[in-house]
Amino acid sequence: MIKKKLMKGNEGFAISAINAGCRYYFGYPITPQNEVPEYMSRELANYGGAFIQAESELAAINMAYGAAAAGGRVLITSSSPGIALMQEGISLFSSVQLPVVIINVMRGGPGIGSIQPSQADYEQVTRGGGNGDYHTIVYAPASIQEAMNMIYKAFDVADEYRNPVIIAADGMLGQMMEPVVIPEMKEAITEERISEVKPYALTGHKNKRAKNVINSVFLKQEMLEDYLNEYWKKYIKAEEELPEWENTKLEGAEVVFVAYGSTSRVVIEAMKILEAEGIKTGLIRPKTIWPFPKKAFDEIDPETTKKVISVELSMGQMINDVKLVLEGKYPVELINRVGGMLLDPIEVAERTKKIMEVK
Amino acid sequence: MNTVFEYTKGMTETELHYCPGCTHGIAHRLIMEVLDERGELGNCIGVTPVGCSIVGHQYMNIDMIESPHGRAPAVASGIKRVHPEAPVFTYQGDGDLASIGTAEIIHAAERGEKFCTFFINNAIYGMTGGQMAPTTLVGQKATTCTDGRQVEKQGKPLRMAEIMATIDGAVYVERVTISSPGDVRKAKKAIERAFEVQRKKLGFAFVEILSTCPTNWGLAPDKAIEWLRENMMEYYPVKQFKCPEEVK
Repeated sequence: MIKKKLMKGNEGFAISAINAGCRYYFGYPITPQNEVPEYMSRELANYGGAFIQAESELAAINMAYGAAAAGGRVLITSSSPGIALMQEGISLFSSVQLPVVIINVMRGGPGIGSIQPSQADYEQVTRGGGNGDYHTIVYAPASIQEAMNMIYKAFDVADEYRNPVIIAADGMLGQMMEPVVIPEMKEAITEERISEVKPYALTGHKNKRAKNVINSVFLKQEMLEDYLNEYWKKYIKAEEELPEWENTKLEGAEVVFVAYGSTSRVVIEAMKILEAEGIKTGLIRPKTIWPFPKKAFDEIDPETTKKVISVELSMGQMINDVKLVLEGKYPVELINRVGGMLLDPIEVAERTKKIMEVK
Repeated sequence: MNTVFEYTKGMTETELHYCPGCTHGIAHRLIMEVLDERGELGNCIGVTPVGCSIVGHQYMNIDMIESPHGRAPAVASGIKRVHPEAPVFTYQGDGDLASIGTAEIIHAAERGEKFCTFFINNAIYGMTGGQMAPTTLVGQKATTCTDGRQVEKQGKPLRMAEIMATIDGAVYVERVTISSPGDVRKAKKAIERAFEVQRKKLGFAFVEILSTCPTNWGLAPDKAIEWLRENMMEYYPVKQFKCPEEVK
């Protein structure tokens, strides 16, 4: 029998990272993600790793930058305004092509906002809040188990693409408890093996190889253009290889919902209410939000589908990606709550009926 | 014939891009000579700042990384966690360290980080073209204070070595200058002590190096040296503030 353990989201995130071989974590307190730095401060040293409570999110992401450049497997977590502060570092990581996994336990914004769950950082995480041409790969988990599985995998994806990977969690996933299966412990890369596994890493050249330099500045613009054209190829590859989604009951559906993260679970409950009232609905759940899973929309049933509804805890951010993919083929509507307020299944069902003009 | 002097293996043969009379070249060479003599070029990891010396890695023959403006001490803290035995240093100017990067340098010292910082103080922003720095002297002209820095408008300049000396985790703090041959020799000794403090894991080591910026000061190289000695050394006394017994 598979053993399950009841676990709070934030602690589950930390455990999953450690089991994925992460040994370096740099954190700064911000609600609702504080259990992650607290857990790492207690546990990471027991695995031969290191934790620093940074003086700011800016310092935390730059410590991560140093540790990743030195060949370490690094995790960073924060919540919305803290992730905003880290954008300088995220752009930098992308420019020099270093791996890092970043968890955003999203809360209400803009500004200091609220400490309750939100999805209002969709554009921040998928468009990149930092300067310049880059993408971050973004996973959107709907449960603590899925978040743990995605975190576990994200370190390998970050290494393969040499790019930041963001886990777009929210305050609900961070704070609630669910039974989970803990992913098994992987062997971490020791300091001695760094040069072999990550030849770009700063280890000291030992008078045996040419020096390694991690550089982001280009004083000649022609060289920067060439560099960007070359490194952009990996984003094209990512768009082909990385999209993940889960489609439910699209065949024969009159209404197709699009929802990600914890909101998708509310939508699944609303679908049951609507089905009982004779309204057939389906769901497209993006599991990656960059790259956005465009192919998921090919499965929409053109015979029956009248409307597509984006359900989000934001003023309507993902809806723009949905419209881009659908290219005007279906009317796209929005059901949302904002500022840290949540949707419940009854509200989603009622608002859906209103949109569909069902009495 | 005996070789009495040779170019350090720590420096590459790339021609320096620094302006005539700029002292970055001397500071680079001293750090590299010290590492070379200590046999640590192959183990060392250096962190460059944003400023004229961002491409210092073209000249120094060691593994290096550029950091965002002011963040070098945070970057070095991360590197040091992965390679605790490697000699690690940051090389930072006054805009980088004393303005945008004050939080990072103060807290690296607070934690007693086991790396060295070499702080190049030339009292001005060099790369961006001569704007006022936190270390610009009262009365000194800059492109953002064309009448000269005024106490009532911009306050008085920060003395970073004095500030760092108040932090317990910074166990070695010294201010040197490289504006005369004798001072260059003393500066090299200070750099040696800083790396020794790091090797012995005694705490954070901070060496402030008073330097020139003839271009943005609007002075010829020889006049810039004179100006440094007459003006900067009065406000920024060359002095050892703190030194552990183990490296004296």
